[in-house]
Amino acid sequence: MSLKEQSIKGKIQDERLRKVSKLKVLLNRPELGALGGSILVFIFFGIIAGDTGMFSAYGTINFLEVSANLGIIAIGAAMLMIGGEFDLSVGSMIGFAGICIAIPAIYWGWPLWMAILFAFSMAVLVGYLNGILVVRTGLPSFIVTLAMLFILRGATLALTRLITGRTQVPGLRVLIENDPIAWIFSADAFKSLFVWMGNLGLIALRTDGTPLATGIPASVLWWIGLTVFATWILMKTSYGNWIFGAGGDKNGARNVGVPVNRVKTSLFIGTAVCATIYACVQVLDAGSADTMRGNLKELEAIVAAVVGGCLLTGGYGSAIGAAFGALIFGTVSMGIYYTEVDTDWFKVFLGVMMLIAVIFNNFIRKRVTENK
Amino acid sequence: MKTLKNFILAIAAWAVMSVSALATDVIVVSHGQANDPFWSVAKNGVDAACKDQGISCKYTAPGTFDMVEMAKLIDNAVSQKPKGIVITLPDAAALGKSVKAAIAAGIPVVSMNSGSDDFQSLGISAHVGQTEFEAGVGGGMKMKAAGGKKALCVNHEVGNVALDRRCAGFKKGFGGSVDILGTSNDPTEIQSAVAAKLGGGYDTILTLGAGLSGEAALKALEAAGKVGKVKLGTFDMSPGMLKAAAAGKVEFLIDQQQYLQGYLPIVIFSQYMKWGVMPAGVVMTGPGFVTPDNASAVIKWAAQGYR
Repeated sequence: MSLKEQSIKGKIQDERLRKVSKLKVLLNRPELGALGGSILVFIFFGIIAGDTGMFSAYGTINFLEVSANLGIIAIGAAMLMIGGEFDLSVGSMIGFAGICIAIPAIYWGWPLWMAILFAFSMAVLVGYLNGILVVRTGLPSFIVTLAMLFILRGATLALTRLITGRTQVPGLRVLIENDPIAWIFSADAFKSLFVWMGNLGLIALRTDGTPLATGIPASVLWWIGLTVFATWILMKTSYGNWIFGAGGDKNGARNVGVPVNRVKTSLFIGTAVCATIYACVQVLDAGSADTMRGNLKELEAIVAAVVGGCLLTGGYGSAIGAAFGALIFGTVSMGIYYTEVDTDWFKVFLGVMMLIAVIFNNFIRKRVTENK
Repeated sequence: MKTLKNFILAIAAWAVMSVSALATDVIVVSHGQANDPFWSVAKNGVDAACKDQGISCKYTAPGTFDMVEMAKLIDNAVSQKPKGIVITLPDAAALGKSVKAAIAAGIPVVSMNSGSDDFQSLGISAHVGQTEFEAGVGGGMKMKAAGGKKALCVNHEVGNVALDRRCAGFKKGFGGSVDILGTSNDPTEIQSAVAAKLGGGYDTILTLGAGLSGEAALKALEAAGKVGKVKLGTFDMSPGMLKAAAAGKVEFLIDQQQYLQGYLPIVIFSQYMKWGVMPAGVVMTGPGFVTPDNASAVIKWAAQGYR
């Protein structure tokens, strides 16, 4: 047996590496706390609302869809946070991107796929602008993107009223049929599986015999896909290392040759593109765009990333954690409607649940990291 | 480890203490948050009706005016299998899919407040609210009864179809000559536009919004010393116009009585659950008229959250 083969089989340990057990490696991951928090949330609602239909196929799809929508932007926000910056313009970008799809498609007669590509190119432009402004001026990204939040929201309203005279643009649903790329954002997956489960009586049916939950929404697949993609970037590529470096110690990273400015700018483009994916899913699902869409989503995205284990100071975090953070947020925000809590208390309940999840998460992480 | 244990115990205790969820009879999904003064009154109507009818209800609304989130709340309501769902319908395009899914799942839906033009196309049987044209007709008839011959309808949002309908309805109910005065939504401009028109022999003015154009028109009348000689009526309510009505300066305020928009759908479902009866078409909650006779009572009830 050659030396190479032996080392592959793990028989020869590289003496330069410290021995760490697999379990400990797992326990040290930033997403562990969010995973624990998710389990806690599910146990909570399992006890409180287990028999209310929350965990029926239709109810599950519904809270997964809310989680997925948030997850899509939370992953972008998490990567940027690991890179040491914030993007507060995400929510406004969602509204802006929605209008960038709807106005060309409805008022200018563009094919839908062209309008979608247009929205994505606007996203790259906005993200690039955010990035350049932050790295060139050296101002905190908090301020620069807060300004962008107002600019984009204002421009969305002003342009929409200018072109259409109203604030909602309906009528997109008919355009989705026969469009070559719209299905990527709007089609349900595993439809036949749901029909099969419906026929077996496993899930609820409509009065016409088709299943109430028609399939896995595209947004859920985007959520999972983006999580896998972002995790691969962060863990397996040198670009991923640069992100951690740029967020952890900007000067140190620069000294070892990391193009910090380029990394940060690309991450801003990433958050804007994620916001546009969100907008595509939402606009094509609802069949209309509205200037107020995405309001306050930037804060939810940051909450999800932080619940998912990202540090506000940068340099630490994970995309899987952010995905679980979004799951916690989505499950709690939909789950409250299944409890007997008067909805006047909704935000108190949401805040308390978020706080518990973060404290629990923090507690687990501390225990684990102290046990080295 | 001890902290963790205590923590889990605390959570478990909380979980047990909260009333275990019972099946909800009626779920209300509205676009209006309970912290909006208008919607707070509607929610009080829901709460009172559920108590009176002895059924369990839930009032839900998205955190911001977000139709996609509202559609999710409707989906959420469907998966709880209630005996009925009450919705508002401000954007039929965005909510249509969820409403249709609810009806397809065998859950009856009643709409209220907004959506009187769209509810039937989605398969909803009954709508509880005020239709603009009919409310205008009611206002016109009242002005005619007060002896009006020549009226001015002040439209502060030219191009808003709902406001056009109010004026058209007013014209039909009034019978006499009605001129439409298009203005901007700037109160100063409305006041001077109305003042300029006062020489034209009008004996009646209808404004389409209380706080904005109603109060501006009243100022114009006061400045010209024509309060009472020219009769003023308005759509909607505002504290200023309510006070003016109590003082006898305003003929009437047209109130869509959103308390009933919360209350009546619950009564409809309560009866539907018992005997399967359901009204068809629009159940009108307005026009309700606030006049100098009842204005002071309305001011009192508004303070208690019923008007």
